[in-house]
Amino acid sequence: MSGQDIRLAAELAARRRFGATAALIALVALLAVISLGIGPIRLSPLTVVEALFGGGSDVSQVIVREIRLPRTILALSIGAILGLSGAALQGLLRNPLASPSLFGAPQSAAFGAVLVISLGLADVRSYALPVAAIIAAFGSVFALLTIAGRNAGLLILILAGLAISSLAGAATALVMNLSSNPFVVLEIAFWLLGSLEDRSFQHVMLALPFIVAGAIILFSQRSAFRALTLGEETAQSLGVDVGRLRLLVILGVALGVGGAVAVTGTIGFIGLVAPHLMRPLIGHDPARLLVPSALTGSALLLAADIAVRIIPSTSDIKVGVLTSIIGVPFFLYLIMRERRALSGGVA
Amino acid sequence: MTMLTAQNLSAALGSRPVLHDISLSLSPGHLAALVGPNGAGKTTLLRALAGLIPSTGAIHVGGEPLSSLSLRERAKRFGYLPQGHMVHWPLPARDIVALGRYPHGATDPARLSPKDAEAVLRAMQAVDVMEFAERRVTELSGGERSRVALARVLAVEAPVILADEPTASLDPRHQIDVMRGLRAAAEAGVLVIVVTHDLGLAARFADTVLVLSEGRLVSQGEPAEALSEQVMAQVFRISAFRAEYQREAVIVPWADI
Repeated sequence: MSGQDIRLAAELAARRRFGATAALIALVALLAVISLGIGPIRLSPLTVVEALFGGGSDVSQVIVREIRLPRTILALSIGAILGLSGAALQGLLRNPLASPSLFGAPQSAAFGAVLVISLGLADVRSYALPVAAIIAAFGSVFALLTIAGRNAGLLILILAGLAISSLAGAATALVMNLSSNPFVVLEIAFWLLGSLEDRSFQHVMLALPFIVAGAIILFSQRSAFRALTLGEETAQSLGVDVGRLRLLVILGVALGVGGAVAVTGTIGFIGLVAPHLMRPLIGHDPARLLVPSALTGSALLLAADIAVRIIPSTSDIKVGVLTSIIGVPFFLYLIMRERRALSGGVA
Repeated sequence: MTMLTAQNLSAALGSRPVLHDISLSLSPGHLAALVGPNGAGKTTLLRALAGLIPSTGAIHVGGEPLSSLSLRERAKRFGYLPQGHMVHWPLPARDIVALGRYPHGATDPARLSPKDAEAVLRAMQAVDVMEFAERRVTELSGGERSRVALARVLAVEAPVILADEPTASLDPRHQIDVMRGLRAAAEAGVLVIVVTHDLGLAARFADTVLVLSEGRLVSQGEPAEALSEQVMAQVFRISAFRAEYQREAVIVPWADI
């Protein structure tokens, strides 16, 4: 094989990745249009697109641009940051079972938000909520990576994640337990299930800046994830400041997940699933997986949010419940696949 | 001319002191073998020399103090090959080798500059891994993978290569292959430091042997003299069969004493 052949092969692989990414973008756009069209009044995709760009009837414009657009924007951006966070954590830890929800980040963020609500420190639409969620998420991921140490195996990560999410769950339960107002408790309980219903542009403004900041931080570190393929020590010998990288990833994940949880409650498993769906198409390069994983996250959450609106049921199904119902069996499947690594063999 | 010097180098792992007062001076175009019993501090010395762990004392590379160099500048000066050739994701061999260009700013294997692409190609040809350039490293045999790892280090085109037990768990043929690859780099002007437990390979391929014992440099020089009977007895607690074959030193560990 000559140098020419190698370049050719690299180019072919690049073209395949580009095709897959373009297809994903089209899928996300399609799902966004469907999401805007679904509700008590169903609108055709054409009407949606018309209304979106200022055409069509006043009614359809109000429905699409004011009532449904915030929900779709949130689904799109939160799905993306969850997918991106999952791919970034998997890259950082060189571990296909890493994800925000398995590490207790959303659960901790939820605890932060719940604490603020129940203490009456702020109402549900103030920036105190995402800030508290971000701080709690940062604390949880930081604690996890500190416990795990430099070259943590799968088992330690999963166990530490389990412990942290249990602790966050217990702390949340305690806050609800101590709350004197049963209505607040009920509201918190439903909010914890994770939902995108009835969200306004206020919610978008609350979450989006943090999500965008988190996404920029995570994406800016992409090539370091690739160098980490060779392990932390070698990556360091190639010029990667691993300590700084860890902090940046924790910060990026906390900003994104904290911002997201503050307006939607906990939506789990998208971060775990998205990168896995992309590996057969994109390959295992952790740097290249970031954008496709974000797009897949968007597609998954948009699809789940469409599904909860069209599945016939007597009461609303929360989208967070649906993603967990689908995500947990997938997690079990991954455990089965990674059995060898989990039982102490070589990963 | 010297490429790498250390003066009174000491280092600790946690609170445990591992290296004591090591001073050495090595020239370019040299292959130095770093030998010593388990736990002598060989890997720690390699890491300290590359600036991967904190140490006291002074290290100079190419005349410049290591402490004044940024992480990236250090990365351009040292090609570091760790034990075990760990690769966490099944990337194609070509992408792994291309990571050697990371210190030079080539962070994307799909978009290498012509200069970086040539360096990658040279490295892959030097250790003969072109035929599996497109295969995933995780699907390669141990010997093939060690050659890919070596190519990755060569691709850095650094003036110093630090290799930590590059021949461990390889069959004899691949051990010789890897040592030949490192030898060729040395002959091209690189300073190569190889940690090894194989005294035979050290005697055969190294210009200089450094003997480390309990964190101290106890002997250094040409193989036959650095690995004298006395050193073998005191440091390794063995006696060895010694000979010369094709004008190379032959040392075969023989019996415990």
